[in-house]
Amino acid sequence: MTASPRPFLLGVMLIATIFLAVASLVIGGGYAWSDVLTMEGDGALVLAASRVPRTLALLLSGAGLAVSGILMQMIARNRFVEPSTAGTVESASLGILLTLLLMPGAPVIVRMLVAALVALAGSAVFLVLLGRLPLGSTLMVPLVGIMLGGIFDAMTSFLAYRFDLLQSLGAFGSGDFSIVLRGRYEFLWIIAGLVAIAYATAARFTSLGMGEAVATGVGLNYRRLVVFGLIIVSVVTAAVVVTVGAVPFVGLIVPNVVSLFLGDDLRRSLPVVATGGAVLVLASDVVGRLVIAPYEIPVGTIMGVVGSLGFLTFIFWRRSHAA
Amino acid sequence: MIEIDKICKRYGETVVVDNVSLAIPRGGVIGIVGPNGAGKSTLLSLTSRLIKPTSGAIRVDGLDVSKAPNRDLARRLSVMRQENHVAARLTVGDLVAFGRFPHNRGRPTREDAERVKAAIDFVGMETMADRFLDQLSGGQRQRAFVAMALAQDADYALFDEPLNNLDIHHAVSMMRLFRRMGDQPGKTVIVVLHDLNVAAAYADRVVVMQAGRVVSDGRPTEVITRTLLSDVFRVEGDVMEIDGRRVVNVAP
Repeated sequence: MTASPRPFLLGVMLIATIFLAVASLVIGGGYAWSDVLTMEGDGALVLAASRVPRTLALLLSGAGLAVSGILMQMIARNRFVEPSTAGTVESASLGILLTLLLMPGAPVIVRMLVAALVALAGSAVFLVLLGRLPLGSTLMVPLVGIMLGGIFDAMTSFLAYRFDLLQSLGAFGSGDFSIVLRGRYEFLWIIAGLVAIAYATAARFTSLGMGEAVATGVGLNYRRLVVFGLIIVSVVTAAVVVTVGAVPFVGLIVPNVVSLFLGDDLRRSLPVVATGGAVLVLASDVVGRLVIAPYEIPVGTIMGVVGSLGFLTFIFWRRSHAA
Repeated sequence: MIEIDKICKRYGETVVVDNVSLAIPRGGVIGIVGPNGAGKSTLLSLTSRLIKPTSGAIRVDGLDVSKAPNRDLARRLSVMRQENHVAARLTVGDLVAFGRFPHNRGRPTREDAERVKAAIDFVGMETMADRFLDQLSGGQRQRAFVAMALAQDADYALFDEPLNNLDIHHAVSMMRLFRRMGDQPGKTVIVVLHDLNVAAAYADRVVVMQAGRVVSDGRPTEVITRTLLSDVFRVEGDVMEIDGRRVVNVAP
């Protein structure tokens, strides 16, 4: 049962990805694009040390965040959930702050792992809360997640304030790819592996969205699958937050738009979701670099604006198209 | 053979299933009937390992459902529940294809595709295969889930009130479908029903539950009687015999 729009959509997304990736390589202050492409002067250095890492970081983060979003939506069985509306991002930030406090000299990999562990715990708290919530409005679910995120945020801010770390807090508050340099983004490659794993097990994750009864009925271990999915989401989120900071809404907008066209059979939709996430984050970054050039607006800020508008549109659209 | 052995399910003080023992050999259509709250759905959920019993054991072809690997059980036993809230936006084809998961573990073959198509045709949804579940009526969704159970092709197929939301045409064609399934060698259909006339017309064996216990068990002609109506369902009515079938007529 392959629906026809898929190859078309995937093709469009791939072309858009390539186009934006090239744009991301050549756009920017300091050097003319001709210098960068012909590798004259400092062009080669700029390309290798900054532009290529930045573009790869954008691609990986975008794909990873969009895939995390759809996984969270399947796990929580709610369309409005993604790492930034489920306490995952905020608990990852709390994890980073804890490493800054307790092991100030720890290498990035340790910071990322601690952030991933705390993010896993935070998301688990969210799921436990959901289990106790009376089933009512579907909008309650992300509201609870946002409130939980607020609590984690408050804890982070309080600790940062008490221990004079507010400065470093700003660094991972809002996703900013201008800090990406060769040697400082390589952890994001872990995302490529995790997205590949998610695709290989896509059918299982689809079953999560069909509920515990159906998943069990076809012979899957529901709980183990939820934990497996949360681990992927937590590690992706932690890797992104550690490297560039929080990029909200990608995991919300992309999966929902793709779902309108392709549905949620992840075997079919996951490649489009992943490339769609890359396209959205790349485009936001390119726009952010153009609007007030030679200065930059961080991706996190652009996504905050685009994302909240998209989120609202989506809520109203759902309301008027509710079956 | 499904062996239900002294199974109990308690929620706090409330006993939902009370020491039920039942042996269901392979083959045929078994109807489970009883008033609301008799524990029928719970018994089905226990059998299909969706909930854990307080005590007792259930074995399917000798496999203890609480211990055997899930994937082994999924090939022997399929279940369709009453409420199927699917958050994922799936087409009828996607859903039914999931019935093949126990066989292909997510890597469908040509044979799987054929079986999926056959199952969709069987429930008369061939024109709706590419429609999303959220674009269907309750009855159509119900049939899509039945098609999924068909595609799963388990030896024991459990259905919890599958006739809910169905008009008489689809209810009758679904019961005929269950009858055909139950007539295939080695296949057993266990279905929770609330219409005694439907049970009488299509089931080989009727199990009556009341307050968590099995109070009657046998052929429809043995089980469906006036005393059953008055003692279990608490209505006065006549049980007639038309064309060798029991027919219940309850006074308005």
